[in-house]
Amino acid sequence: MHISGWPMTEFLFFIEVVVAGLLAGTMYSLVALGFVLIYKASSTFNFAQGAMVFFAVLSFVGFMELGLPFVLAFFVTILLMALLGFATERLVLKPLMNQSEDTLLMATIGLGFVLEGLAQAVWGVEVRRLDLGIGDFPIQWIIDSTGLFISALDLTAGLVAAVLIIGLALIFKYTKMGLGLRAVADDPGAASSIGIPLGNIMLLVWTAAGIVALVAGMMWGARAGVQFALVDLALKALPVLIIGGFSSIPGAIVGGLIIGASEKVLEVYVGPYFGGAIEGWAPFVIAIFFLLWRPEGLFGEKIIRRV
Amino acid sequence: MKPSTVFMSYTRNDLTNFVILMGLGFAVVPFVVQTDYWYSSILIPWLCLSLAAVGQQIVMGYAGQLALGAAGFMAAGAFALFNLELRLPFMPFPFNLMISGLIAAFFGIIFGLPSLRVRGIYLMVATLAAQFFIIWMIDKFGWFKNYDTSGIITAQDIVIFGREFTSPFEMYLVVLVTVTVLTVLAINMTRGSTGRNWMAVRDMDIAAESMGISLLRTKLQAFAISAFFCGVAGALFAFTYLKSMEPVAFDIKLSFRILFMVILGGLGTINGAFIGAAFILLFPVVLNTLGNGVFHGMIDATIISSIELVVFGVLIIVFMIYEPLGMAKLWDSIKAKLAPQSTLEQAQEKQQRL
Amino acid sequence: MNIEQNTDVVVPARNFPVGGSILEVKNISLSFGGVNAITDTSFKVLEHEIRAIIGPNGAGKSSLLNCINGIYRPQEGTISFRGKPLGRISPNIVAQIGISRTFQNLALFKRMSVLDNILVGRKLHMSSSFLSVAVQLPSAMREERKNREKCEEIIQFLEIAHIRDTPVGKLPYGLQKKVELGRALATEAEMLLLDEPMAGMNVEEKRDMCRFILKVNDELGTTMVLIEHDMGVVMDISDNVVVLDYGKIIGDGPPDEVRANQEVIDAYLGVAHD
Repeated sequence: MHISGWPMTEFLFFIEVVVAGLLAGTMYSLVALGFVLIYKASSTFNFAQGAMVFFAVLSFVGFMELGLPFVLAFFVTILLMALLGFATERLVLKPLMNQSEDTLLMATIGLGFVLEGLAQAVWGVEVRRLDLGIGDFPIQWIIDSTGLFISALDLTAGLVAAVLIIGLALIFKYTKMGLGLRAVADDPGAASSIGIPLGNIMLLVWTAAGIVALVAGMMWGARAGVQFALVDLALKALPVLIIGGFSSIPGAIVGGLIIGASEKVLEVYVGPYFGGAIEGWAPFVIAIFFLLWRPEGLFGEKIIRRV
Repeated sequence: MKPSTVFMSYTRNDLTNFVILMGLGFAVVPFVVQTDYWYSSILIPWLCLSLAAVGQQIVMGYAGQLALGAAGFMAAGAFALFNLELRLPFMPFPFNLMISGLIAAFFGIIFGLPSLRVRGIYLMVATLAAQFFIIWMIDKFGWFKNYDTSGIITAQDIVIFGREFTSPFEMYLVVLVTVTVLTVLAINMTRGSTGRNWMAVRDMDIAAESMGISLLRTKLQAFAISAFFCGVAGALFAFTYLKSMEPVAFDIKLSFRILFMVILGGLGTINGAFIGAAFILLFPVVLNTLGNGVFHGMIDATIISSIELVVFGVLIIVFMIYEPLGMAKLWDSIKAKLAPQSTLEQAQEKQQRL
Repeated sequence: MNIEQNTDVVVPARNFPVGGSILEVKNISLSFGGVNAITDTSFKVLEHEIRAIIGPNGAGKSSLLNCINGIYRPQEGTISFRGKPLGRISPNIVAQIGISRTFQNLALFKRMSVLDNILVGRKLHMSSSFLSVAVQLPSAMREERKNREKCEEIIQFLEIAHIRDTPVGKLPYGLQKKVELGRALATEAEMLLLDEPMAGMNVEEKRDMCRFILKVNDELGTTMVLIEHDMGVVMDISDNVVVLDYGKIIGDGPPDEVRANQEVIDAYLGVAHD
């Protein structure tokens, strides 16, 4: 059987590549989501989101090493991330409230370094193994039924990310808290003057950002080990945000999938002609072309600059 | 009172300070500093990184474009010089050095193009593409490294018109002369119409455009000149400090370090680049000495380098909150408080208060 | 006109009498996402005149200036300067053609000194390349000196010599407005678009500003298009007035005529719109 001139095996392989890309893309979506939540709540590009991924998962592994059971370590880490968010809001963002976006951005770059350094100073620099009990090998029944080779770890990570993203998206769309967040995103002053509890919303948002950071860190850590390189990996959430728009939850999801799928496809089909490893820069170049075409992102609003 | 009409008083400091600094570099250092360690581990890297920071300063501090790819342009310059020395050994070293800068400038223009449509973090992401792409390109195409199997290449000896410059002191002189010349050019540009156009674009782009400034030309010019400075800095860094080089030496961490130099040193001053570079370079040395001296090696070196990250991060946050214009501004404020005010300044201040 | 009476400014006979049409706005319409800012608007500005644009808040006055200046692009209609249609062009091209401007909400270069701000206005008179600036070629130095002298003249004229080296971000509002006028004057453009040059000023400051505007118009013949809310000022200094309301022109003519126009009176007194 041939589909548009392609032999079946090649077509299956293409599907495999795309699926693997989409599954990897959900992780980018997850990190991007943390970014979007904080952007919506405090109009800050939180460059430290990548460092938060590293900080969260390293702390989680650290707590496990101290003897805490899995579930407890998970919740203690989330508590820690919430505290961290609270401190950031108070000590960094509040004093910079009326500063330019660029100033805030640089402050969060500083925050990122604080988190990276802190995590390593407390927990050490060696690469940790994180075993979630899910192997990184293809699932037999999928091979049997469709002929596709899809890694169990990829699939689990993708599913967990999808559930988490959809859950958060629903919470922020349909609950009172979510409505409050949207009001804050629109106009923090007006929102607080009609009695929306700004503090609670900030705490909730930072906690949510902490959860997504931890989950993303766990999934990535399970594959490649918990190590500093996670910070660089998380940088790929930036092109995702450019494609999706900084303030759009659906944008983060779709952007992540686009980046995940296209970088894998490019790597497999174009990469070999250039010596491979184009994954490192392909998302950024894709983002540049996107910027030239639609600077406000897929779901962002077109910005009219008033003079 | 007829005010002097040629020099802008606002950045006059840059020139005076720089003249003093280089006076020290040429006239005092050679007689005082005798150990190779100081030349090859402190002075040379400081000057090279300062030059890269001047480049970062031009695009970010003056033209206001948030770029994060200095190390990529440095790599372009470094490997360009290696290839020029390899393939055109008959050309004089200064010529090849300049061409290396121009090659980096070419990349600067290409990756500066997105600045025409976006700003802030959007631009930062676009310039990250430069960082990752350039390093990848050098890494993947063997030609750039002369097909060296180890992936680590050795920089050629510096020979200028038949004379070899190989000892740390001689290399220091090469670096010092280059950095001095280029920095003077940078100061001239920033004080003249070129720099004014950059700053106008930085402070209020629409007004700048309404005064007849072409945003396209001005931004790309800043990117090109910035990348030129980074390229030359990278070439010097590789040839006088690293000596054996691999693309990884110019990874994103170096870009961040250069970003920190200009943020902590002070955006929008040439002095800031030198102060920031000195701080970022010397602080770890001080911390290590402290770690070894006071705690006698009880603290692990990796922990010390982690503390270093925390300190840099905290400092950036603190400076952003309390003095966004960095150490250079801080220094000026302290000096203004300590020094007795001239009567002219007092009169001016009085008038301002009225 | 009764300038002497209200502004205490003595205006000599004009060196440049009002001439023929220099700028023609023809049937322009501008909308933002379905909201009309300007609808089918046409008017002419005469050479060497002072033309005021008035109208209630949100009438589309600033949008109109932004269209002339090339910041906004009207969806329909044409704007011609000296008979040549401007077409799709950017503000820097408009500046080269000879139109300069100030902004409603101050668009100064905050971290630069007053002198430097005004020097940026000289941009089109300075053509040295960055290389000649970098190596300080005599020609570049000469150009710099000449233009600095020109700016010093403007600084003297506007009486802001005492703040020439202060970063403009540190100046009070009224002085910033003056600096912005200075920057626009430095361009030596044939036509200046002034967007509320006297907003937030006290009577004395306004009188100074009027004096500067009239003097420039008189000595250099610069055509001025200005948006102003203070009707006293408008009636005193302008040759002709355009009245905008809801993006449409409801009056156009000499101040006295416009003042007597029933539609204009209605708009200002707030008669209900259909």
